[in-house]
Amino acid sequence: MNRKSESKTVRVTRRSFSAGLGAAGLVAGTAPFNIVRAQGAALKVGVLLPRSGVQAGIGQDCQRGVDIAPAILKELGLPELQIINADTETSVDVARSRAEKLIAEGAQLLIGAFDSGQSTAIAQVAEQKGIPYVINIAAAPQITEQGYKFVFRNFPTAPMILRDAFNNQKEIFTAVGATPKTVVFMHVNDTFGTAMSKAIPGVMPKFNMPYKIVETISYDPAARDLSVEIAKAKATKADALLMVSRLNDAILLTREMVKQRWSPMAILSMGPGWYEDQYLKTLGKLADGPLSFVPWYDPNKPLSKKLEAALAKSFPGVNLNTNHVYTFEALLVAADAYKRAGTADPKTLAEAIRKTNITNNVSPGPGIQFDAKGQNDKLLDSAIQNRGGKLVTVAPKSAANAKVEWPLKPYDKR
Amino acid sequence: MPAELYLNVAVAGILTGLVYGLMALGLSVIFGVVRVVNFAHGEMMTIAMYVAVTLFSAFHLDPLVMMVPIAAVLFAFGYVLQKGLINPFITRPEHSQFLLLVAIAIIIVNVLLILYGPDAQNVQTSYAYDSFQIGPLIVDATKAYAGLAAIVVAAALFSFFQYSTVGTAIRACADNYTGALVVGLDVKHLYALTFGLGAACVGAAGTILLLIFDVTPATGPAYTLLAFVIVITGGLGSMPGALIGGVLIGLTEAMAGLLFTPSAKSMFSFGVLVLVLLFRPQGIMGKRAA
Repeated sequence: MNRKSESKTVRVTRRSFSAGLGAAGLVAGTAPFNIVRAQGAALKVGVLLPRSGVQAGIGQDCQRGVDIAPAILKELGLPELQIINADTETSVDVARSRAEKLIAEGAQLLIGAFDSGQSTAIAQVAEQKGIPYVINIAAAPQITEQGYKFVFRNFPTAPMILRDAFNNQKEIFTAVGATPKTVVFMHVNDTFGTAMSKAIPGVMPKFNMPYKIVETISYDPAARDLSVEIAKAKATKADALLMVSRLNDAILLTREMVKQRWSPMAILSMGPGWYEDQYLKTLGKLADGPLSFVPWYDPNKPLSKKLEAALAKSFPGVNLNTNHVYTFEALLVAADAYKRAGTADPKTLAEAIRKTNITNNVSPGPGIQFDAKGQNDKLLDSAIQNRGGKLVTVAPKSAANAKVEWPLKPYDKR
Repeated sequence: MPAELYLNVAVAGILTGLVYGLMALGLSVIFGVVRVVNFAHGEMMTIAMYVAVTLFSAFHLDPLVMMVPIAAVLFAFGYVLQKGLINPFITRPEHSQFLLLVAIAIIIVNVLLILYGPDAQNVQTSYAYDSFQIGPLIVDATKAYAGLAAIVVAAALFSFFQYSTVGTAIRACADNYTGALVVGLDVKHLYALTFGLGAACVGAAGTILLLIFDVTPATGPAYTLLAFVIVITGGLGSMPGALIGGVLIGLTEAMAGLLFTPSAKSMFSFGVLVLVLLFRPQGIMGKRAA
């Protein structure tokens, strides 16, 4: 036995010793440079967005926020980010597998994914793999209620959106001296829509809203035809339409309202769709009037003006909106944390994100800070209205730049 | 709920169902004669929809006017596809045919994605937002035109198969393949012709459907599935069955949305399919296998 092992012992000759010494010297000599290079290298950020599928229009709009970010981050003195794009195809399963693939390919931080269902799947992967994940847009509250250590969200949760929406609605009703007594509530039946529909009955009584919901109609986000839904809503004879939707369905619903000759007193949207550029361009003058109660931007903040200018330069004719703002801010959080952490080590990076305190930002509120759950709970929402292809802020008064037009101008009189 | 609401929803469902039926008619014609199940059917329809979008945005040509030329383009596409690619697979096992057509479907979706991107596209005709009011009934103008056009195209197709020599020859091929060969019919040409006709049918349906729905490359597979539900309900290979199946599914989806919840519309159309499979496996108008 001993003899056998002895026979396997590598015999060190003078030549192999010199070669080994040389190799060791080479490794030792270049090691410090490697370390320096790692610290100065760009942070690899995997950006997951629904670039195709039902939410493609919104996913590509979010991408604009990514495209304009590098120049602004550089101007702010923040480190460079190496963006790796991935398409979730508007699918929860694809979002999960793309997140895994991005991490396998070396992504050191993840950002995305506009949709609550997809973001939930990515959050699970990020937590499992121990890679920081900054959500750009997703409102389902449960994402930051799981006790995750690597998941952060700079976007309001569904109850936060509802809180601000109801406050801003009441402010508008007082300003115009009119109140809808009844509303029909329509919502998409995806994760976000369902979260909002579950939250509304619990939140509404606390705000003592002047209207009551006479009927709730849910529909498939991939629906091709929403004529039945509008026929049903019209039959309720409700004063106003309360909406939680996406982009394609918002366009379809508007078309159906025109065709079925139904113009409610107001369209009160508490989600995306009604203020998107594609909505404004597709429907032209028919797009005017809906009120959106959404996470927006503070037009008075200096960084907002920079972002507006950058967007106008890169994408002329496109209005700055939620998609650009919150996708940009997710990258801002990543770059700021990387600068402070000085390393791409996931735990250190996550710890740096947790201690974020960015006051030079774009979204309304005191700035970007995260609570123990990884949620920015200090964000505030606005009320905006479509006006001649542009978007004006009508509430809260402190951030308004226009007065609300009330009631909705009937579609057949445009 | 008021009676007028039921009436409005039922009429809208029937009109949409007629266009669904026209779309499924192409699938039924192809299977009835060539005995190949076209798994790229919905994707072929999206080609027609994108051709219509392109012609509308470039030359402002109305889809209703362009229906015949686009159907001709799809006819040529279908003819070449069958003669060049599908014909060698006619005698091969069904799974080979399935894989070939699924591959064609995937290629079509991705080529359309490259060419047009993922955004939903549509045409804004002068009558896009029009509706007719007849007493309490409000009929969407685009749906009315689309339903009418579907009836005209389906009638033309029935007449072709019933009264023309070529149509009779195609029916002969479908009835007795060996007999058709014996009497000297060019079966390969007739098969390609049939596939072309099926494609033309779906081309016309796509052009009309664009008046009602937006198009994205991703909508193709959904329409393929819908066409299958319709032809299996109506009877695979039966032309009247496809139209009846289309109307039935259109009406079922509309009424289910009204009476139950709109988000469960598809569930009810699949429910109809399950019932048909259970109690009349050959479909409403299908013939029982010998």
